[in-house]
Amino acid sequence: MGGPAGWVSIAFPAILFLYFLGLMPQVALAPVLGGIDWVPSLGIRLAVLLDGLSMTFALLITGIGLAVTLYSARYLGDHPDYPRFVCYLLMFMVGMLGLVLSDDLIMLFVFWEVTTISSYLLIGFNADSAKSRRSALQALLVTGTGGLAMLGGMIILGNVAGTFQLSQILTMGDEIRAHPWYMAILLLVLAGTFTKSAQVPFHFWLPNAMAAPTPVSAYLHSATMVKAGVFLMARMNPTLGGTDAWFWILTLFGGVTAVFASVMAMRQTDIKQVLAYTTLMALGTLTMFIGAGTHYAIMAAMTFLVVHSLYKAALFLMIGIVDHATGTREAGVLGGLSKAMPLTGLAAALAAISMAGIPPMVGFIGKEFMYKAGLGLEGFGAFWVTMMAFAASVLMFAVGGIVALKPFRGDLRPTPHAPHEGPWPMLAGPLVLGALSLIFGLVPGVLGHYLVGPATHAVFGEVRPVELYLWGGINMALILSLLTFLAGWLVYRRHEAIRARLAAIEARSRVDFDAGWDRLLDGFKAFAAWLTGLIQTGSLQRYMAVTFATFVVLVGGTYILKGAFQAGLSLSTDGVHPVQWAVLGLIATGAILTVWTHSRMTAVAAMGVVGIGVALIFIMFSAPDVAITQLLVEVLVVVLVSLAMLRLPYLPRRSKMVFRTGHAVIAGGMGLVTTFLTISVLASDFDRRLTTYFEATSYPEAFGRNIVNVILVDFRALDTFGEITVVAIAAIAAFALLRGAPPRRKHEEES
Amino acid sequence: MELLLAITLGILVSTSVYLMLDRNVLRFLFGLVLLSNAVNLLIFAGGRLTAGAPPLIAPGEYAPTGVVANALPQALVLTAIVIGFGLLAFTLALVYRTFMTLGTVNSDEMRIAEPMDDKDPGTGKPGPGRADPQHPATGQEAGL
Repeated sequence: MGGPAGWVSIAFPAILFLYFLGLMPQVALAPVLGGIDWVPSLGIRLAVLLDGLSMTFALLITGIGLAVTLYSARYLGDHPDYPRFVCYLLMFMVGMLGLVLSDDLIMLFVFWEVTTISSYLLIGFNADSAKSRRSALQALLVTGTGGLAMLGGMIILGNVAGTFQLSQILTMGDEIRAHPWYMAILLLVLAGTFTKSAQVPFHFWLPNAMAAPTPVSAYLHSATMVKAGVFLMARMNPTLGGTDAWFWILTLFGGVTAVFASVMAMRQTDIKQVLAYTTLMALGTLTMFIGAGTHYAIMAAMTFLVVHSLYKAALFLMIGIVDHATGTREAGVLGGLSKAMPLTGLAAALAAISMAGIPPMVGFIGKEFMYKAGLGLEGFGAFWVTMMAFAASVLMFAVGGIVALKPFRGDLRPTPHAPHEGPWPMLAGPLVLGALSLIFGLVPGVLGHYLVGPATHAVFGEVRPVELYLWGGINMALILSLLTFLAGWLVYRRHEAIRARLAAIEARSRVDFDAGWDRLLDGFKAFAAWLTGLIQTGSLQRYMAVTFATFVVLVGGTYILKGAFQAGLSLSTDGVHPVQWAVLGLIATGAILTVWTHSRMTAVAAMGVVGIGVALIFIMFSAPDVAITQLLVEVLVVVLVSLAMLRLPYLPRRSKMVFRTGHAVIAGGMGLVTTFLTISVLASDFDRRLTTYFEATSYPEAFGRNIVNVILVDFRALDTFGEITVVAIAAIAAFALLRGAPPRRKHEEES
Repeated sequence: MELLLAITLGILVSTSVYLMLDRNVLRFLFGLVLLSNAVNLLIFAGGRLTAGAPPLIAPGEYAPTGVVANALPQALVLTAIVIGFGLLAFTLALVYRTFMTLGTVNSDEMRIAEPMDDKDPGTGKPGPGRADPQHPATGQEAGL
């Protein structure tokens, strides 16, 4: 049973399940609020909101979680990485619980992403398989991208509402729906929920996520992960719901997803894939009914939520047992297993009858209420929702037969292994879940009172009586149900022919979402390679040019936009001493000569001239210390460069020197910007406070009469220490570079 | 004087930038020297120009008498000059060592880390030394 890790993984959901079960009567009366401050400066609280909706989800998460951990302790207990698996699974469980319990939008988002990341790890658990890694990454990218969009929506929502607290936002529906940003919030949040809950056209990651171990599929597909999107739509219904946009987006996308997924489920041969597509169908149905938004529709959605979680988890766990026992999941191969695996067959039958919506299972109640809700709508909405629900239900009926009837009935067919009954930890979950489907069908009042009722209140935003019942008299919904059974039976009888037909259509079809996804990723990578090649050429010249040009454009552009050229026009050249003219002329000439010359020695000398000119300016304007340093350093520079020239090659000849017009433009721009910058700096007011402070305190506090020196060695001594460190490091690094330099290579450069 | 100084700074910066855009790293180095001079001068001038009044305190006084030159930028520039020197010395050693090892002072030919594989630098096609070369793996191959 997986050792200690297994017991921990079983105990954790079990304890939580009992805890939530104990809170249920209290929550059925009124929501529970609580929490602690997390990031008070941003107004983010670790706040808990436990109402009917959260309670329903919390019980599903921990209850089905218990079935799944029990199952996987046996299914994967011998796997060398089982403890790792348990970590991921519990992390996922905590993420899901945090998500459904949070009363803070930001906290909700954080837990949302916890589920995204842990589902990535779970789907990619068989990391040796490329298919598994691909599916995991696909799920991560699709849901992660949607999650980012959703974060944007939530931040806008939080700003519009003035709070991130959900329980407050839920009471502000009218204001938010009337707000001009409503549409942006709606679309961004729905981007998150539609990717997470795999609505068409974002559905393709979900069937691929079947690469995960079977218990994970059971968990992700029944009560968690994909239901997170449904949860959020339900949660947001009082705030964002009730508008035309909400109604049509949700019912159209949900309806299309439901029917598309049901048809695709008929097409599959691998039973696990069949179940994956029926999950899509359920998600579409839930989305459609949340979008429909009437009290009946919400009630139908909440009932179906529980119904689906029960039967889907059971079916997934069942097919895991069958796979384990026979070595195959192919619908065409399996048959006649009921004798060898009676208990598995019983669990499958209970779950599948609920899925098909046959009385007295709770699935029947779910379907009845869907029809009632659909018929209760107005105009085209009623037709659309009822039709979509009808079509999906017919196909579900047929799929129920394919999944649970066909593998167990008839003669035993040959399979890779001889079939045998599963062990009790694996059977317990599906049997209990199947039994619950039956029990809730027989006593629907309990379900209605404790779970569906409070959840419907939370989602609908207003308390109205909720009563679930099995027999509602002869009405339109019942007639539709009977029609469903008839049509479903016909489809089941001919399902192999239909599958072949669908396969043929699929082979001809050009639309392949999965291949499209590959093309999208390849396109991204090609774009990234192209962009990198464009920017990162490896040419130092180009990097420098881009850097300088950016400076010119940004600073110069700001000058032009702000019209700041006027600032320095009052400055004049009156009263400039001839010596000053001469020194500035010297600097300019030296600089130009350095560029112009093709002789290294001339260049070095010209640089020396510039340096000495700068030193002269320091002398003229009362900076003797700076001038001394400048002169010393300038001499050292000339000596060092000259020494290096003994070994370094000559500059290219003038004939080889090309005038680089583009670079000259950038350089000229830099010069112009510098000139204007200097003029505006010098023409603006000057704040002398710091200097005044140093002047006043230099002698009284530091006992120095040379203020510059005092600043260097006293007030800013740490800076000077840093400076010494820099020079020392430069010296050590230069020494390291020069030591052991290989003998110079012969090179034509020398010629 | 300020106007003239600003123009001189412009010339100094223009020449240094033009030099730094050269493929020849020696010329790049010259540009670096000029640029550090220009920047030092700019910082110095930013503290305003005061002629004939060094920031000293006369014996017997507790503070300078009358207006003296701004001491703060002088201290900053002093530090900058020394650090600029350190930078130059290190860069020079780097150029020297590079030339000894690679036999070139042309920055475009220093491509040990990112070989161009005879590709024109202008086309922007990365060489095989890059991550993700001309044949980016498809999603299937990369296991995505």
